[in-house]
Amino acid sequence: MSKLSNQAYEEMSKKASPPSRSGRNIPLAFLIGGAICTLGEAFINLYMYLGVPEKDAFSLCSVTLVFLAILFTGFNLYDDVARYGGAGTLVPITGFANAVASPALEFKSEGYIMGLGAKMFVIAGPVLVYGLSAGIIYGLILYLFKLY
Amino acid sequence: MSTRQGKYTVKLDNAPSIVGFAALGSKRESEGPMAQYIDILNADSMFGQTTWEKAESQMQRQVAECAINKANLSTQGIDYVLAGDLLNQCIGSHYGLRDLGIPFVGIYGACSNMAESLGLAALFVESAIAGNAMAVTSSHFCSAERQFRFPLEYGGVRTPTAQWTVTGAGGAIVGASSMPPYVKQVSFGSILDKGIKDINNMGAAMAPAAAQTLTHFFQDTLTCADNYDLILTGDLGSVGSELLYELMERDSYNIRKKHADCGLMIYDRDRQDVQAGGSGCGCSATVLCSYILQSMREGKIRELLFMATGALMSTVSVQQGESIPAIAHLVHLSNRPDFN
Amino acid sequence: MATFMEYMRAFVVGGLICAVGQLLIDYTKLTPARILVTFVVAGVFLGALGVYQPLIDYAGGGATVPLLGFGNTIAVGTLEAVREKGLMGALTGGLTASAGGVAASIFFGFLAAVVFKPKDKA
Repeated sequence: MSKLSNQAYEEMSKKASPPSRSGRNIPLAFLIGGAICTLGEAFINLYMYLGVPEKDAFSLCSVTLVFLAILFTGFNLYDDVARYGGAGTLVPITGFANAVASPALEFKSEGYIMGLGAKMFVIAGPVLVYGLSAGIIYGLILYLFKLY
Repeated sequence: MSTRQGKYTVKLDNAPSIVGFAALGSKRESEGPMAQYIDILNADSMFGQTTWEKAESQMQRQVAECAINKANLSTQGIDYVLAGDLLNQCIGSHYGLRDLGIPFVGIYGACSNMAESLGLAALFVESAIAGNAMAVTSSHFCSAERQFRFPLEYGGVRTPTAQWTVTGAGGAIVGASSMPPYVKQVSFGSILDKGIKDINNMGAAMAPAAAQTLTHFFQDTLTCADNYDLILTGDLGSVGSELLYELMERDSYNIRKKHADCGLMIYDRDRQDVQAGGSGCGCSATVLCSYILQSMREGKIRELLFMATGALMSTVSVQQGESIPAIAHLVHLSNRPDFN
Repeated sequence: MATFMEYMRAFVVGGLICAVGQLLIDYTKLTPARILVTFVVAGVFLGALGVYQPLIDYAGGGATVPLLGFGNTIAVGTLEAVREKGLMGALTGGLTASAGGVAASIFFGFLAAVVFKPKDKA
């Protein structure tokens, strides 16, 4: 067995490992992701109907979906939906919200400051770091090359 | 006295006995095939505590006390307790067993803890350091998940190769040679890393170490699968078990008919949503210290090779891009004390 | 009032974006965290190029709800802020535009953590 190279073993383990069930995962992601986006669309229309200007309606929709995702997380329901939703719950802003609420909830046992407070962004942090950094780089390019 | 056999195996000529054992599980384990054999079952995985870590400590405390009672001993009668778990700095064991007042030998072998602690306990008794030595280990789904993977309420998807950490604990007390099961041989493994990086596929990471330890044992003792009733691995799961067969076949050992895996025994994979099977120190501990040792006492299993495997990485090493080194420790248990 | 077709478009476009994410999860070694980062940065990129707004006009929530939309919000906000405030805008634009979602996540996350407890998955 010592004569088995790491590469050869990697091949062996790939063969022995069942692949992800994409035939099930991708349609489910489509359906559940589509449903969440449709719900978002409904909220946008609701807020515009209530007189909110369009731009704020989009923002308010985000806030609403964040609220609902966190509520579901608190009631221990979000993970049950996400098990089937896969990317359908991860890619919408609900994934971000759950990624913020779940560690805050979990690490409360280590205290409100060092647990809840410090660990809140342990999963979602990169989204802000890289998203905002990309935006700032874009802004610098805009300014320096007078593209605005 | 013990004697060395070959390069990796130690023969315990006095064949010390496992004089008492107990197992513990929680909700999922109570719904699985091993439920009727487990001594303590508590559907509340908090075990009446306020955090998951405290729950795991409570589990160790309860299973240790149960094993001591079943052996008709008291804590005074135990000379050493050898224990460990998956939590950072093994706090599950330290806080759980801190009130026992028994000299404490802490160990860490990840999911190989039960075999490592049992092997060491047997050697302590064999070399007359101890009259009685107790091996204890545990794992808890929630405490393992929050440390190694994600917060419980995080909406992640489990891959088909992933395994479910068992919320369970087991304790076994080794004492003078007096009753079955007898500990006859112990073989500690070397760390083996075949370059697997996927922490969702522990079975693939650990199978080579299992194959290595088992092969060394067969070579040292000049035996093969035919000499034993059961070769029991800890938590290779479905993927790791298949890889173990293929690796052993490369050295002309066929173990398919004699092999079982605790990870595949503790849960019913058809009814319970556990992907590739159970895992964790508690997996092998709970199955061994319930169904397996009971079956040996009753003569249903006569010659057993108990081999638990462990993945020796941490979240830090994984994030730094390292692969997963693994280890496997083996204990030969038998229904009879003689070596002929 | 919104039409059925509007909702249909939101459903299909949003669903497709998520399906692409699922493809990445199943067929690449990208972890969920890396996929989220990819989506948000891609959103900034597409927003910077100005090609994301047409998708929003077409699919509404189907384009804004996925994290691509979050990235686009950052890009659009940055452009406006640079126009209004110059260099300072490059720094503040993205965070200001996405402030609603971020603040909501922090505050509601905090509240939920105070009120609720995590449960075992058994």
